[in-house]
Order: sequence, then structure tokens, then C-alpha cells
Amino acid sequence: MKQENAEKRPFIQTPSQTVGPYFAYGLSPAQYGFDLPELFGPTLAGPDCPGEPLLLIGQVLDGHGQPITDALVELSQRDAQGQDSGRALDPVFRGFGRCGTGTLTDGLYAFHTIRPGKAPGQVASCLHLTVFMRGLLTHCFTRAYFADEEAALEGDPVFQAVPGHRRSTLLARRAPDMGAHAWRFDIHMQGPRETVFFDL
Amino acid sequence: MTTSSPLPLLVSRDWQSHPPYQAPGYKSTLTRGPQQPLVVVPSRLGEPSVPVFGLDGLRDIDRDLTRNARRNGEPLGERIRVVGRVLDTVGRPLPHTLVELWQANAAGRYVHKVDQHDAPLDPNFLGAGRCLTDAHGRYEFFTIKPGAYPWGNHPNAWRPQHLHFSLFGQAMPCRLVTQMYFPGDPLLAYDPIYLEVPEKARTSLVADFALEETREGYALGYVFDIVLRGPLK
Repeated sequence: MKQENAEKRPFIQTPSQTVGPYFAYGLSPAQYGFDLPELFGPTLAGPDCPGEPLLLIGQVLDGHGQPITDALVELSQRDAQGQDSGRALDPVFRGFGRCGTGTLTDGLYAFHTIRPGKAPGQVASCLHLTVFMRGLLTHCFTRAYFADEEAALEGDPVFQAVPGHRRSTLLARRAPDMGAHAWRFDIHMQGPRETVFFDL
Repeated sequence: MTTSSPLPLLVSRDWQSHPPYQAPGYKSTLTRGPQQPLVVVPSRLGEPSVPVFGLDGLRDIDRDLTRNARRNGEPLGERIRVVGRVLDTVGRPLPHTLVELWQANAAGRYVHKVDQHDAPLDPNFLGAGRCLTDAHGRYEFFTIKPGAYPWGNHPNAWRPQHLHFSLFGQAMPCRLVTQMYFPGDPLLAYDPIYLEVPEKARTSLVADFALEETREGYALGYVFDIVLRGPLK
């Protein structure tokens, strides 16, 4: 390896750049129908996975309220028992998935998973989402909490760290029109309902 | 059994290295980049770990984009070998970490259905690959030098030649998606995506040409080291 590199570059963090509009065949090839095995897709839980099934579904919207059809959403979560499942290729449950917004109608993304449990000491359960898109030079981290966990949310240190008037942007809500196990979580990049993004 | 070993404190995101959300020169940031301040997370308790691959997860051919999508011959264009190390900010290598790569073909065309640029597709080139770093944090790809291509940001806008990289690092906050550029590309001086990176960090996105990394008679060598956030100590 070239030695000058270390001298020329004193280990500053490599800058982020946009994922661009053409990430699909690299990052989500099977979802978009490309002929390459997919490492991470929209299904995190297999049929034998213990826990309450969950369809997390939503749109990513721009400052005009228009759905963005070239965004990529990544989901990280714990399993139903609150355990961490770091294995990428586990057929029963994978703690990580990806879904682009370019294959369903209306720019929807949809993850097939299970409702997450809580790690020891964790107050409210949540889903961890990261969003990427053309026009976003650095990705954004957010969380989807469950609207039916009111009591836990009252005591959750992260949820409570969010200014009160913005907390509702972090709530996934049941969407019975989209299925018995469907929860809706829209991500607003801008505007009066701009989703809270975290500085991790 | 559920374990709950405390998460390591991480070096924070250095906004003197990363580009801003609102970047007037890059038009689509104006309707897509968030405008509210980020909220600091007081506790990372419960944060899931990043996905981990065993040795069975990837095929060796996945890191050779000149071979992984052949149908009836070799892809067209200039073969290159891109190597580098994945490090944290104090220079510690990250072994066995996933590196994903995607790019345009030699003519500047992406396989993606949305790309309508009037340049030829190459039936023998997909433009996507991935590998794990070795025990010393090193990665290696063989591929084709991508072409420049026009885009709609402003009149006569062309993206410089680039490769897209995606990495996870050691924890969720370390995630990085970036682009590698080529030394001496005259389009860098006109590219808002590149120029929105703070000046201090900008040139770290430009690979070094390295004759010693060249495979003689086969592929020109480039070196691109990638530095991710890591544990504070």
C-alpha cells in the first residue's frame, strides 16, 4: 500500500456523498429485478420467526410533499425478544434490511418483519431507520416508535429528548387499510412535519 | 440469553469533513435535505449492531466486476484495480468488513432503468460488486474505469468519473456511503457534489494512481483508503 497516503491524509473521516439515483443494482438488486444476489432485502423475518408480524410501510416525502421514488431506506432492529441479531444471512430473522422506494406504487417502501422487543433497560421499543437519496449528501438517521406504547414513550429518554411538538413525527401508527399487521411510517424530509433526524 | 454490554463511545461525526444537507449548488438538496437541526441522542441503549457476514456470505467473483456479469465476452473499457484499506480515525484497520461498490460502465451509462443517458449499455458489465476486507483491513476490486455522464443539475452539467462505495463500519452511526474520484479529472472543478465537501476533506475522495498496484499487462492500479468513525479509545 502506498505510504504517502497516511502522510497526505491524517485520518480525516472520509466524506459522505449522495447515494445517487442509480443505487438499485448495487444495493437492492433483487428488489429491482437485477441479476445479482441480494445481501439485504425488504424481508427481515422468515415465516418461522417468533413474534408479532409487522409490515412497516410508508413514503419518503420531499419539501413539496411529493413522494420520493428514488430513496433507499435501511431498517435495523432487535428481534421479538429484544435480542440483537447481527448475522446478515440468518434465514429466520435478520436484524437488518433494505428497501428502495422505486418498485411499489406511490413511492412506498415496505418491510416484512416482526415487532421488536426491548433490550434490557430500554424503555420503548423502536425501529432504527436510515435514509439515503439523490439530493441528500449525507444520510439521515431516524427512529419509528409505536403509537400504542404511550406509557413507555413517556419515560423513554430518547423520545423525550425530542422537542414536544416534533415527537409525533417519530410515531408509526396502525394502518388497518394496508393489512392486519401494517404500521404506517412516513418520512418527511422537510416542511412543517419534517421528521426528526438524529445526530448519532 | 440477552446480553447488554455497553456500546463503545464513538468518535463523533465530523461536520468539517462531511457535506451539508442544504447545498445551493446541488439543486435537489433544496427540497430533500432536512432543514431542522439534528437531535442529539442521549442514549444509544438498544441500538442494534451492524450486519455481520461469515465466510459463506460472498463469492470471490463478487469483487471482480470485469467477470461477474459476463454473457458472451469481456466488458469494454479500461480495466482497473482499486485497492485500499478501511481504517478508523486513529488508523486502526477494520478487518472482515463489507465493502459494496457500484458504478457506471465505460461509456458513462448505468444499468438502472431510470438512466436514459444516450450511451450504450454493455451486455457483459453490470457494474456492481462487493467484498470483505481481509485481516489487515484491505479490500481489492477489479473493474472498468467508469465514463463521465451528463446530469440535469445545471446547463452542461457532467459528473466526473466515479465509483460509489457503501460501508457499515463497526456500529450503526459509522455508516458511510461515498464516491471515489480519479486523479486529474477536469470535471471535479465543476461538480457540486464534490465541491460541497469541505475543502479540508475534499481531496480524500480522489484516489491515487499507483503504478505499484498495477497488474502488469492487465489493469491500472488505484489506491483509495476509506476512514470511518470508530471507538473513541
